[in-house]
Amino acid sequence: MILFLAYAAVLLSFLSGILALLMRQHCSVIKWVHYCCTKRPDWQQRLNNWLEQSVYPQRIQQLSFICLGMAGVFAMIAGVGGLMSEQAMTAQLPLGLPWLPWHVRFDSLSGLFFLIIGIAIFAVSCYGPGYVKGNNEQEHPFAVLGLFSGLFIAGMLLVLLADDAFFFMISWELMSVASYFLVAFQHENSANRHAAFIYLIMAEGGAIAIILAFGVLASFSDGGAFTFDALRNASLSDTWASVAFVLALVGFGMKAGLVPLHVWLPEAHPVAPSHISALMSGVMLKVAVYGLIRFSFDLLGDIQWQWGVALMIIGAISALGGILYAMMQPNLKRLLAYSSVENIGIIFMVLGLSMIFVAKGHPTLAALGFVAALFHAFNHALFKNLLFLGAGIIQHQVHSLNIDDMGGLIKRMPHTSKLFLIACMSISSLPLFNGFVSEWLAFQAALQVGVLDDAVLRSLVPVMAAALALTAALAAACFVKLFGMMFLGLPRTRHAAKAEETQDKGMLFSLSLLAGLCFLFGIFPGLMINLLDNVALQLLGHSLPNATAAGWLWLTPVSAEKASYSAPIVLFLAAIAGGISYRYLRRDPAMALRESETWDCGFGGLTPRMQYTSSAFTMPFRRIFSKVWIIDETITKQPGTMPLQVTDIHYELHVSDHSWPKLYQPIEKSVNRIARLVSRMQTGNIRVYLSYSFFTLIFLLWVIS
Amino acid sequence: MNVLFAIIQTLLFIALAPLLAGWVKWCKCHLQNRRAPSLLQPYRDLIKLTHKQPVVSKDASWLFIIAPYIIFSTTALAVSVVPLLAVDLPTASSADVIVLVGFLAFARFFLVLAGLDVGTAFGGMGSSREMTISAMAEPAMLMAVFTLTMTASTTNLSFAIDHVLQEGLVLRPSFIFSLSALMLVAVAETGRIPVDNPATHLELTMIHEAMILEYSGRHLALIEWASQLKLMLYGVLIANIFFPWGIAETFSLSVLGYGLLAIMGKLALLVVVLAISETLLAKMRLFRVQEFLSFAYLLGLLGMLSHIILEAAH
Repeated sequence: MILFLAYAAVLLSFLSGILALLMRQHCSVIKWVHYCCTKRPDWQQRLNNWLEQSVYPQRIQQLSFICLGMAGVFAMIAGVGGLMSEQAMTAQLPLGLPWLPWHVRFDSLSGLFFLIIGIAIFAVSCYGPGYVKGNNEQEHPFAVLGLFSGLFIAGMLLVLLADDAFFFMISWELMSVASYFLVAFQHENSANRHAAFIYLIMAEGGAIAIILAFGVLASFSDGGAFTFDALRNASLSDTWASVAFVLALVGFGMKAGLVPLHVWLPEAHPVAPSHISALMSGVMLKVAVYGLIRFSFDLLGDIQWQWGVALMIIGAISALGGILYAMMQPNLKRLLAYSSVENIGIIFMVLGLSMIFVAKGHPTLAALGFVAALFHAFNHALFKNLLFLGAGIIQHQVHSLNIDDMGGLIKRMPHTSKLFLIACMSISSLPLFNGFVSEWLAFQAALQVGVLDDAVLRSLVPVMAAALALTAALAAACFVKLFGMMFLGLPRTRHAAKAEETQDKGMLFSLSLLAGLCFLFGIFPGLMINLLDNVALQLLGHSLPNATAAGWLWLTPVSAEKASYSAPIVLFLAAIAGGISYRYLRRDPAMALRESETWDCGFGGLTPRMQYTSSAFTMPFRRIFSKVWIIDETITKQPGTMPLQVTDIHYELHVSDHSWPKLYQPIEKSVNRIARLVSRMQTGNIRVYLSYSFFTLIFLLWVIS
Repeated sequence: MNVLFAIIQTLLFIALAPLLAGWVKWCKCHLQNRRAPSLLQPYRDLIKLTHKQPVVSKDASWLFIIAPYIIFSTTALAVSVVPLLAVDLPTASSADVIVLVGFLAFARFFLVLAGLDVGTAFGGMGSSREMTISAMAEPAMLMAVFTLTMTASTTNLSFAIDHVLQEGLVLRPSFIFSLSALMLVAVAETGRIPVDNPATHLELTMIHEAMILEYSGRHLALIEWASQLKLMLYGVLIANIFFPWGIAETFSLSVLGYGLLAIMGKLALLVVVLAISETLLAKMRLFRVQEFLSFAYLLGLLGMLSHIILEAAH
């Protein structure tokens, strides 16, 4: 039953893609309708009216998004079902290679990620119609967008269902390639084509690493079989297991955006349409996390503590690097993309911690870390989707993504600003919101490090906890800046001053839904943690000792004496404290407030240009962590003017990533050099080519004899 | 009974905070050869402010008006989980020390947003500086606190303090490190000299005051009260974590009274230390603060490592 729901979700997302293709086939659709309903003229008439030429594109868009929404609902139900069921469901599809039909398996880990994707695509399907309304059909045809969105989502869902390496890779490639076309959707911009190309190269590079990882595993399996069951039973030596793990880490890390493999992410995510960047950032990265969990925890089995240390260190670098780079970005969507790097870093860090506990024989603590990582993945999907969808609305209204072009939007866009504030609070891990709970669980797992025997590990883990704390604090600074610059203060440009709240109910609904979930899981994290416990039980064989030992109101991951957190009680107390102070002090509404001018030190004439800009806000950070970026600051003064005339001073700031000049440009150079060397062989002379084949033939004959 | 006690204790905490601020002022004035205002002056200021009608900029949004209430109530919540008179506190089980740090971050989040709301240069300047300092102070604070929680193997403040009490007077190198780290963090987080000067209104140097420059009347009263609460909170944390002796373990009146006297004595001593250091030191440049705080961070880390290496050996 659950498996059928999962299939239905996949098929519906395919269907939504195919429906989008009918966008320009009005005549043939009408013909088809006539053909089908020849016996029922009244139906025919009704359908004809419904599909009238003028409203036809809208109808098709609606149908396509309805299919997507239903796919989302089915995926959610299947996901929850998978999370609750004790056993994995398996099946075989009569598709694929003749000797290897597609194996399907749906367990609670797949269920969790189905749930994540389901929520995301449901939100996107509510949001999409409003978002694509303004698109120019000639320049940006919906057929392309709809088709590849459908394929992309179907690909992601199939990755989660796959139970053999072939099927896995086919779905993986479907996901990667379809998303390439989505990144290149607005291809009239050369920057977008460039971003898409980088994305494609890195996605394929990662895929090669994943194939190799499967290959290593398969060569040790029984008869070289590629089903996951056979791979699970493969017995590897420690060295080969580590080789496979490193390959998988590179492959999945490329997709997940671990530093230094993250460079495609800030290029590709901003240029895709907003609801697609929401899916890519919120969901596709999670599929990579799923891949790594499936590969290392499930297929490889015997986990070594060194892997955990590697994951933790790489995760910490990604988390800190991601948030520091995010802070310096003036482009809203680039900032969000870098912040995804940070959150993925946190997830990997906690997974690494869990691996260390597994390897050192502390399964219940490992389950704690594992649950914390999964919960953070879930939370990040919620708030990052919310942020990207919000960014889409704001881009529509302000016609810019530069946060220094905004300001004062809290008054112009009251609903969007409130929902965006919730997202900022969740991602800054403030209490009462979901981001805090997963970080709290991660700290609880890290604080149990005393049980380890190894003194080096025992001192490494607290350092990682400190890195996590620093990341959280920097994230708060980054998102305070983001919200402050975008929504508060005075409007910095004409567009911002004229911005209006979006009129589309669907867009606001999808944002409210995600914001509501952020709050719900912040107050009742137990709902989700109980489900996640099941995943830990299936994969690690152990669950949390007593997550709700002190009653359902409390969250007690280890034991009630060690740590407890009760968000409902905190919310209740906060409401009382806030209510009392508010009631007491605003007894007399007449005395409530007096409006007046802003204090301008008596000089008069405050202008929006006098506000702090985002680069001014982050200037202290730029100075403190100056080694992290390549900072290119130029100040030019016009000669011959008064020394302090502000208008004559021009300030330019470029902040860029170290990984380009340090890692990728050398690779690019060496590829070019090798290509030049190879091109020497190609003289264009037919006799030379004939002699090549001759010598090759002789060489092969020699090898055979 | 316990719940009632928790409420009374929180109210007592909130009521005593201005007195502590007055005592700080009194000590500083005497050290600097000035005539001191009465100890009750902060109460008079608060009462005066609550009776004034607040003036709000016409450019301000709802966030500016609601922020003081949020700041005050989250700080009050943070206060409610800190054992002041007695260790066995029911509220401590719903929010542990990590949540406590989270509450403070919550209050700061809104304070900083309120600073940015009106759109003046001062607000932005204060907000930017506050976020810089807190981003460096928060990890240092967590490091210092983690040493304690690992020693007591609990993040529940009540249980942790109880654990320190049961152990008796043991000289732990890790505690000395984390005590010094927490003191440095407290100085930075409560905006005292040498990080920030609470008495300054000089444009180029102020941090906390720059953010709240636009506030007046009741709103200002709430924010001032919240920062007094925060000062006392750090004081009580330092006093009760590292020197818990005197805190009540049962709920009899005499023990509680003794607990009250003990904590007031400890706080009074701590404040004298603070006043002396504020008198002796000058305010640092903003970009020296990072060195100050990374030193605190380092001390916290050293405390943690010395706990792991020296004290928790299996």
